[in-house]
Amino acid sequence: MASFLVRRLLQSLLILLGVSLITFVLLYALPADPVRQIAGRSATAQTVQNIREQLGLDQPLAVQYWRYLGNLLQGDLGRSYLQKTQVSTLIMSRLPASLLLMAGAIFTELLIGLTMGVIAALRRGSHADQALMIVSFVGVSAPQFVVGLLLLYVFAVQLGWFPIGGYGTFSHLVLPSLTMGILGSGWYSRMMRSSMIDVLRQDFIRTARAKGLTRRRIIMRHALPNAILPIIAMIGIDVGIFMGGIVVVESVFGWPGIGQLAWQAIQRVDIPIIMGVTLVSATAIVIGNLVADVISLLVDPRIKIR
Amino acid sequence: MKHLLTTTALVLGLALPLTLAAQTTAMDPNAKSGGGIVVTYKDDVATLDPAIGYDWQNWSMIKSLFDGLMDYAPGTTDLVPGLAESYTISDDGQTFTFKLRAGVKFHNGREMTAEDVVYSLNRVTNPKTQSPGAGFFGSIDGYDAVADGSATSLSGVSSSGPLSVTIKLSRPDATFLHVMALNFASIVPKEAVDAAGDDFGKNPVGTGAFSLGEWTIGQRLVFTKNPDYWRAGLPYLDSITFEVGQEPIVALLRLQNGEVDIPGDGIPPAKFREVMDDPAQAARVVEGGQLHTGYITLNTQMPPFDNVKVRQAVNMAINKARIVQVINGRAVPATQPLPPSMPGYTDGYAGYAFDKDAAKALLAEAGFADGFDTELYVMNTDPNPRIAQAIQQDLAGIGVRAAIKSLAQASVIAAGGEADQAPMIWSGGMAWIADFPDASNFYGPILGCAGAVQGGWNWSWYCNEDLDAMAAKADAVTDPAKADERLQMWSDIYMEVMKDAPWVPVFNEQRYTMKSERMGGADALYVDPVSIPINYDYVYVNDVQ
Repeated sequence: MASFLVRRLLQSLLILLGVSLITFVLLYALPADPVRQIAGRSATAQTVQNIREQLGLDQPLAVQYWRYLGNLLQGDLGRSYLQKTQVSTLIMSRLPASLLLMAGAIFTELLIGLTMGVIAALRRGSHADQALMIVSFVGVSAPQFVVGLLLLYVFAVQLGWFPIGGYGTFSHLVLPSLTMGILGSGWYSRMMRSSMIDVLRQDFIRTARAKGLTRRRIIMRHALPNAILPIIAMIGIDVGIFMGGIVVVESVFGWPGIGQLAWQAIQRVDIPIIMGVTLVSATAIVIGNLVADVISLLVDPRIKIR
Repeated sequence: MKHLLTTTALVLGLALPLTLAAQTTAMDPNAKSGGGIVVTYKDDVATLDPAIGYDWQNWSMIKSLFDGLMDYAPGTTDLVPGLAESYTISDDGQTFTFKLRAGVKFHNGREMTAEDVVYSLNRVTNPKTQSPGAGFFGSIDGYDAVADGSATSLSGVSSSGPLSVTIKLSRPDATFLHVMALNFASIVPKEAVDAAGDDFGKNPVGTGAFSLGEWTIGQRLVFTKNPDYWRAGLPYLDSITFEVGQEPIVALLRLQNGEVDIPGDGIPPAKFREVMDDPAQAARVVEGGQLHTGYITLNTQMPPFDNVKVRQAVNMAINKARIVQVINGRAVPATQPLPPSMPGYTDGYAGYAFDKDAAKALLAEAGFADGFDTELYVMNTDPNPRIAQAIQQDLAGIGVRAAIKSLAQASVIAAGGEADQAPMIWSGGMAWIADFPDASNFYGPILGCAGAVQGGWNWSWYCNEDLDAMAAKADAVTDPAKADERLQMWSDIYMEVMKDAPWVPVFNEQRYTMKSERMGGADALYVDPVSIPINYDYVYVNDVQ
């Protein structure tokens, strides 16, 4: 187990290094000049040149990357080009909001997805099953931007049950969590349905039934725990999907997380922020996957460490 | 002989010089003190450092936190003294002596002195500060030495007493007082800048009507009233809360719900008709002009736009009235580079009238009877791609086949800064809005030779050295008696530009500011030409006791 973890951690570091290199090269290969963005339209050639030199942007790309990496190893993500603030300060002040939203979304998608999946599995082939699967299909396909605005319009503007965007209280969290959770619940309901169907076919369920246990007890004590296990491991992988969705959902609901930060930085070619958010998100995804692997390992002895 | 304020205003061609003094002290008799308002924005506030901030969102916020030696009367483009109580100009127009107001306090409690003015101007021009506005101070004596790093202070700026500052210019500059009213010329206290270092933009200390109370990154900023503000009785509001991260459409819903007073990003285009068709909502919208021109640049160094006849033909091919319709009538068709509200605008000039047949004939004369293929670059946010399509159709009408290249803002700007990349650019989203209300501000970087360089903003790559010489001559006219003459020179310059047709001026955008019912103050404050969206120092709310 220990050697497995060490190996996976080293792999993760390599992945992060690769992500940083690719992002760096892509950002600097853009036809947009960050110095022009900083210098503004009235700047003289002299001002532009001064800024380029001070930021080290006149150096070859390899040198720039090497410097960035050197600072990164010391925990320094640099300063924003336009805000002049430490990127780490900006990210740290926004990370809690994103993590909270993620927690809310995971809770929502599990609650909705697992419930739908179990019901569909128990009534396989019925109208209820078909209806639930159609709903889950819509959930997976609907763009989050549309879902978000729709929820906002119906539940916040028309019904007034929730605040119209913003951050701070539990009721602020509900609609954005729901928006993100609906997408995931579509996936989870389908996985839960097939997992549950799988488990219900197993011998031990037949044994339990033969013992004369009630249907309720069979489902709650024997089928459900076994069906859920492989799904729990999926949560780690989910992190990657969340990082994508967070940009859209945070912007619709005015949620002060890192997705919003990234979106604004992209528009302004504020490269240090884009790099920082990309690295933090990549780290979250890598950790998520690592956790998923470890959980699978722990819950299912059939998976062998190789 | 020394010229006083009123005569200097004449130099700059500003109207109503005699009412200036009255305007600075005029207080709204209906104004009530107290209360707070909520303003929303989509984007985070980048910085509140007056040397750095250069977007239309932080521009007016910085104006309320800081002051410069010069200012504008609220709601107008009329220059008035700010932290300077008065000033004198030498006969050759190259030495300005400012007498500072006594007893003005920074937010940290210290009194402002002449040394602070000297420090602030040295700071903004120092390359280490990385100020995008450093170039505006180019006419100050010693600027070049500071810019290239061989000096750390401007030799032309010195204190001549605790409350007196003398600024020597290296050349006559008729726009200098406008420069001193820019945010970049705000007075900052050295000790606060030193203490905050690179984070001064997050910890601003100035002399303005408000001070920064709270800044929760990504969520809100709270400005609180400066009780020691040197303009007695101002500001009226106790606080302003800026909530960031709010989509314009969400902000509008919250305004309708009574939670927001000013949606800072304006009325979203998709909702504009709905709002304006509802009398109750339309009554809360204030309309005004702004110093903006939207234009198509024609790259004069790329064939076939190197042919003046082709450029003129394109000018005649564009149906500007229809393009204005595309944006729900939120603009007026343009005839020339300057917007109508700018001094120096040529009244009565009709521009190139929309005339397909004449355009075709001219194109045939230029040897392109069958038209040609070209590219139109455009920024990829609404409504710009739709406007580009309208332009594309107009061009097709005379046989010009333009492919639309819709890109992110920064990419379009980068393409425009290369000599051989973008034959045509629609300026929407990146168009010129004046830094200060003077005719010269629409020339140098966007039509003059200085801007026609790699990475520059003269996307037509138009360089007419005769016009550059005329421009230099016009800006050397500092004699107040010749103010009209100077404006006429600028008018002539833009008329010459139109003959060469490097641009198709398309429209001048109008501004529409929506406010909540409780907000009071003259309409002009809500479409203030220098404080966008509103002049925070002078507005008030009606529902306080």
